[in-house]
Amino acid sequence: MNGNAALGEAAVLAGCACYFGYPITPQNELTEYMAKRMPETGGVFIQSESEIAAINMVLGASVAGARAMTSSSSPGMSLKQEGISYLAADELPAVVVNMVRGGPGMGNISPAQSDYMQATRGGGHGDYKTIVLAPGSVQELTEIVPLAFELADEYRNPVVILGDGMLGQMMEPVSFDNIKPPKVYPKDYILTGAHGRPSRMVRSLLFDTKEEEEHNWKLFRKYQRIEQNEVRYETFMMEDADMAAIAYGIGARIVRGAIKRLRQENLKIGMIRPITLWPFPAKIIQETVKKVSDFFVFEMSTGQMVEDVKLSLEGKGHIHFYGRPGGVIPTPIELYRIISRHYYQARRRKKQ
Amino acid sequence: MKQVYSRPKSLKEAHFHYCPGCGHGIINRLIAEVIDEMGLREKAICVAPAGCGMLIYNYFDMDTLESAHGRGAAVATGIKRVRPDNLVFSYQGDGDLAAIGTAEGFHAANRGELITVIFVNNGVYGMTGGQMAPTTLSKQVTTTTPYGRDTVLAGHPVRICEVFAVLDGTSYLERVAVNKPAAIIKAKKAIAKAFQHQLDKTGFSLVEILSPCPTNWKMNSVEACKWIDEVMSKKFPIGLVKEVKC
Repeated sequence: MNGNAALGEAAVLAGCACYFGYPITPQNELTEYMAKRMPETGGVFIQSESEIAAINMVLGASVAGARAMTSSSSPGMSLKQEGISYLAADELPAVVVNMVRGGPGMGNISPAQSDYMQATRGGGHGDYKTIVLAPGSVQELTEIVPLAFELADEYRNPVVILGDGMLGQMMEPVSFDNIKPPKVYPKDYILTGAHGRPSRMVRSLLFDTKEEEEHNWKLFRKYQRIEQNEVRYETFMMEDADMAAIAYGIGARIVRGAIKRLRQENLKIGMIRPITLWPFPAKIIQETVKKVSDFFVFEMSTGQMVEDVKLSLEGKGHIHFYGRPGGVIPTPIELYRIISRHYYQARRRKKQ
Repeated sequence: MKQVYSRPKSLKEAHFHYCPGCGHGIINRLIAEVIDEMGLREKAICVAPAGCGMLIYNYFDMDTLESAHGRGAAVATGIKRVRPDNLVFSYQGDGDLAAIGTAEGFHAANRGELITVIFVNNGVYGMTGGQMAPTTLSKQVTTTTPYGRDTVLAGHPVRICEVFAVLDGTSYLERVAVNKPAAIIKAKKAIAKAFQHQLDKTGFSLVEILSPCPTNWKMNSVEACKWIDEVMSKKFPIGLVKEVKC
């Protein structure tokens, strides 16, 4: 299956009852898949009039108690930010998929990782965070979708799945066997009509300045909890490594290919692949720098995640950055050459 | 002694924040009365707007959600599709529905969403201090049309009921006012009818309510109520605009 369709099927199996979206390449297969599957499963599908409308329909469906999802690609994600900010402020669960394309502006439809900052910093107005999951294969995509719904429900917070055009479009064999039926979370905040209970209000407008501050602290404490409990990453050949590559998503997949080749030449390179981009796996980087002094960071952007690596290292270690701003994706061979150059530079520096 | 007038059950024991002479308080009460009389309090889900009406969740004793400016119809769509048996309505001002949320309102109407929009038209942006709204009349002075609205520069007043009437998804559109007792009684009937259209699943329903804003119109309450009859209703004629029989 292609990544977008696999994502759609995983969402259905994870109990997604509502999908609202607006066509934009390279994620249209997902919207089309949901148009077919939602009616089959008794769910709701609406092709909305805009990305703004779609995210607000998600907000409505979420406050009514349904698992809801929307998807888009970079320019559409900019439009969704208003609604995501409201979802976060209202503490409502939702899953938002971004199959990133080249930008800024209209850019083009080729894969990129240039929405990292928008995704991990909140993206919309106000002090809030979204959990950001970055799968690196079609199979992993199908595993991350149910996780995204679970995390959204558990923390009552929007979760962003950050893919890219390549992941959305590529075809790989997938298995859905591991998707468990969705857990049941307390829904004591949803709006169903005040039948036999006091009426509820869901809002983010808090005129009382103290109430507003307390609400923001409450959200902050929740984000701290997420940072403590939900960091996810994968390491690859790090046991004996003297240089650590850091990359995510499809970028990590290319780096993995390069590392395999470098290892054939006995260059001891491993990789740390963040799966959650927020919360960022800072601790493993801090632990790694005790043994490994050099970090090679690759991104399909001119440098966004590298800032989180810098923050994690707190001035320790040496960062070697290589970025490509979307449009053209380097091959594993190209990255192999680039990484080996950095590797030998690091070795020379250490000898001096 | 027989009690003839009391607070509707659908209203909380709270004081309205609205300015003296403002129509929102009357409209809030009318909605609450209709919901009481139709026995819908435990089924109703209200979507509150941005602007002067935003605090209705402090007044309505029913499930209520706040929405971002203009997005009420999209949010209501999401709720109604998940809960088709609930009464779902959004409460929106003229900037909300006729400017920033035109797309959401228009397309919800066009899809025939089974929701009701209570559309309060007072011709200005009230909460932000009386700026021009899409419904501001030609030559009307506001803080952003200090020389009077010049339609060549700033466009024409938008008539939402007439615009929505051409959409096949709409089943009930009526314009009313809350500037005098007889008009208020008619407004209440229109709200009840709009809710009934939703319950009967005939299509999208909307009641446009011409409402005085003495503070931003720089008038006293009596002048504001007269102005609705003498000036405002000339551009926005009171009456039924469209009804598709159930």
